[in-house]
Amino acid sequence: MSSVAAPTARSEARTARRERTRLLLRSPSFIIGAAVILFWVATALLGSRITPYDPVFDQTPDLSQAPSGDHWFGTDRLGRDVFSRVLAGSRDILIVAPLATLLAMIFGTTLGLITGYFRGVADDTISRIIDAVLAIPLIVMAVTVVAALGSRSTWAVTVVIAIVFAPIVARTVRAAVLGEAQLDYVEAARLRGERAPYVMFSEVLPNVMPPILVEATIRLGYAIFAVASLTFIGFGLQPPSADWAVQLTDNYNFMAEQWWTVAFPALAIASLVVALNLVSDSFQQVFER
Amino acid sequence: MSTVDATTPALELRDLEVAYKVRGRDRPVLRGVSFTVGRGESYGLVGESGCGKSTAALAIVRYLPRNGSIPSGSVTVAGQDALALSGAELREFHARTVSMVYQNPGSALNPSLRIGSQVAEAFTVLGVGKSEAEDRARDALARVQIADPGSVMTRYSHQLSGGMQQRVVIAMALSKDPSLLILDEPTTGLDATVEAEVLDLVAQLQVELNTSVLFISHNLGVISKMCARVGILYAGRLVEEGPVETVLRDPRHPYTVGLLRCVPRGGLRKDHGRLDTIPGFLPSLGADLPGCVFADRCALADDRCQVEEPSLESVGVGHESRCWHHDRAQELPRVEAENVDLPPIDRAAEPLVRIDGLTKVFKQRGHDVNALTEVTAAIWPGETLGLVGESGSGKTTLARTLLGIVAATSGTAALDGRQLPPTYQKRSQEDLRSLQIVFQNPDSALNRRHSVQRILLRTMKKLAGVGGDDARKRVLDLASSVKLTERTLTQKPAQLSGGLKQRVAIARAFAGDPKLVVCDEPTSALDVSVQAAILNLLVELQAEQQVSYLFISHDLGVVRYISDRIAVLYLGRLMELGPADVVFDGPHHPYTEALLSAVPTIDGGGRHRIKLEGDIPSAANPPSGCVFHTRCPRRIGAICDETEPPLVQVEENHLMRCHIPLEELRTMQAAGPPPVSAAPAS
Repeated sequence: MSSVAAPTARSEARTARRERTRLLLRSPSFIIGAAVILFWVATALLGSRITPYDPVFDQTPDLSQAPSGDHWFGTDRLGRDVFSRVLAGSRDILIVAPLATLLAMIFGTTLGLITGYFRGVADDTISRIIDAVLAIPLIVMAVTVVAALGSRSTWAVTVVIAIVFAPIVARTVRAAVLGEAQLDYVEAARLRGERAPYVMFSEVLPNVMPPILVEATIRLGYAIFAVASLTFIGFGLQPPSADWAVQLTDNYNFMAEQWWTVAFPALAIASLVVALNLVSDSFQQVFER
Repeated sequence: MSTVDATTPALELRDLEVAYKVRGRDRPVLRGVSFTVGRGESYGLVGESGCGKSTAALAIVRYLPRNGSIPSGSVTVAGQDALALSGAELREFHARTVSMVYQNPGSALNPSLRIGSQVAEAFTVLGVGKSEAEDRARDALARVQIADPGSVMTRYSHQLSGGMQQRVVIAMALSKDPSLLILDEPTTGLDATVEAEVLDLVAQLQVELNTSVLFISHNLGVISKMCARVGILYAGRLVEEGPVETVLRDPRHPYTVGLLRCVPRGGLRKDHGRLDTIPGFLPSLGADLPGCVFADRCALADDRCQVEEPSLESVGVGHESRCWHHDRAQELPRVEAENVDLPPIDRAAEPLVRIDGLTKVFKQRGHDVNALTEVTAAIWPGETLGLVGESGSGKTTLARTLLGIVAATSGTAALDGRQLPPTYQKRSQEDLRSLQIVFQNPDSALNRRHSVQRILLRTMKKLAGVGGDDARKRVLDLASSVKLTERTLTQKPAQLSGGLKQRVAIARAFAGDPKLVVCDEPTSALDVSVQAAILNLLVELQAEQQVSYLFISHDLGVVRYISDRIAVLYLGRLMELGPADVVFDGPHHPYTEALLSAVPTIDGGGRHRIKLEGDIPSAANPPSGCVFHTRCPRRIGAICDETEPPLVQVEENHLMRCHIPLEELRTMQAAGPPPVSAAPAS
């Protein structure tokens, strides 16, 4: 009988997943957000292969041109095509920000599980440290970490963001774990002799995944912003990279005369952040129903 | 207040249909329900969960959730068409005409408002001035027999006990002298003694104020105590209706017959016979039911029942049944499990578990709370020890201490003569395997992200130490021994009904061939028909495997059915311990006597209610002398206030902690309830 019945059971589980997918696909904000993100991921993957001009080396004689038919977004002081640079500029930010978010999620989730599961002294100690780290602004942390690592590479930027975001993630996860760890199945696992790491990661973690996923999309949006901010003040990528934030650094002194060199990369950053927020809002609605 | 004359019924439902929209489809929940509640009448609505009881209540007060709709039918409250109301009229309707009391008084009260201002609000809404409202609030609280309304008014809801909270809610509900009072499972969350008090109060107020009451409950005993007429709801259909005594004595619908047979009562015990169950499941929400709604689960059903729906037909004075075979309903074949042989318990042998002077003191804000004081008891192999007492009596603490979830402050627990380490972290895998637990709420007890198979395989691996194909095979055996199908194994808990979930939880406890399973109210979250099946299963497993149970329950009928011996706890002390029949039939401890008298039974009558004065004293500051003297209706004098009686053997196997000699208790209890505190005759 199992050969007939078992697939039905599995299909029931699939129905629930399909229901969630259906709800997501029906939400206009999810569709718009996902489309924008996919667009930037595609340009990042294809890079200079699809840009009309080479984003870094193709210096046309037309310096500081306003947007026109040849150069849709105009050209910068060195005669590089802004449109090509904007298309190519998503690559680095789309590597650094997700990587930083991933590190922050792993680190923060682990801390959140530990504090929420053990409570008591472990919770009090770690939570106070978390509070302390949360009090340090991004820039101060960046300067500290750069000094400590002796480098201001994109790696340093990744580490800085992971350190700054992990405590925020830890707090969210801790709150979810606190409620979950009260449930009897956790007691049942302990009563069959499971060790704490197993209970935390195999029993509790799967049940707190929805808020973690939502938190991840929110953090990713902030991470894009943070990468751009740190790059703008001189950490991470350096000219002549086509990175959006590098373009801002390069050109903001001349913003008054050549608005297009700043406006288009800035809009690109904004579009990515807004798109991520749209997606995270939809996730939240679907998972927390 | 209403302008209609006194003959207008308080509530009239006519062919009420209610549907919930789920995944874009309207699914009928109530299918043409009609009944009438007369002025001053109390009408009971009974049925298992999912039958539509609460939906009916919500439809009447127009509080249906957003996906609920009323395609047809009418609801008339005191002559007013409730379905036609909107806006200000609906507010006025809520403010003056209907009142509703919900199951959980804790969430019905605003935690951030003082009781006084909350109750006064109920009056200011009606246009009463502020200071007058306060006076009337005081009167309202006095009317629900709150001894000191002035001080209660200055408190917040969390500072009140559950029974007190429910009194406040009832006081608010009655503040407007409603045309209709709806009580939705008002005592389900309360202890038996508190439940009895609240029910007495409602019954008394109903007579005094001549309120019309719609009483919703799954508990037939409560309904028989509270109501004049009863309607039995099944799958959104009223299947039987009539005067309470008639319906309970002479049920004419197979569903009612089945429900009544499921309940362990009349002193039934596991060695007397098995419990009846109702096979099958409630039809899924909005299922297409061309014939009788109960046909799929009815042993009397024939072809006609499957295709043609019977109408509600008169079968006696005011008694109607929706069944083609109502004349034969009581011949419904019994669905008993086959009898099992419970091997006799050898009390001369070494007990399986022996707890000795077990004491647990919790530290709470610098105070010592004595949750458990010097509890000594033993459980023999194959025996069930029932544990009863009000909440706060230490039942759960005793179980948790035995399992090592909390460490005892002093005293020891021994398994097979070996002393157990105080906490489970220090116990061997062998000890963990031997002591397992079935929790009250299967939703919380099963990891909702894991499949049943994964839950059982992992437990098998940890407790029985087997893995791979061997474990898979044993999981199949285990599943079939708790009557789970193979299909269930691949499912996740959310896809299972409450009864199936509880079976999974039982299978998990049995994965490592335990010696003792703690059952912490394992059936109190389940419907009676499912409860019967689970109790049958526990008894079968006991007969097969010689397992012992420590069975905690507030349902004394259930405890009596499954237990060989019973321990009565009060404020963490063992008050009485003896064979089930002896403890139940008496002579028993005055506390046991009061507990037993509080339980509303289907059979009704017989026992007089013994009222216990006041709440359970705080365990942080237990009374001097006998801890029960502050509420004891049979207190004999200063000795009770000053000296704590020892727990002594009063007859063979029967221990009791009371100053009154057994023979005196026997005479007293044979003579009837204590005179001073006897419940007012109803």
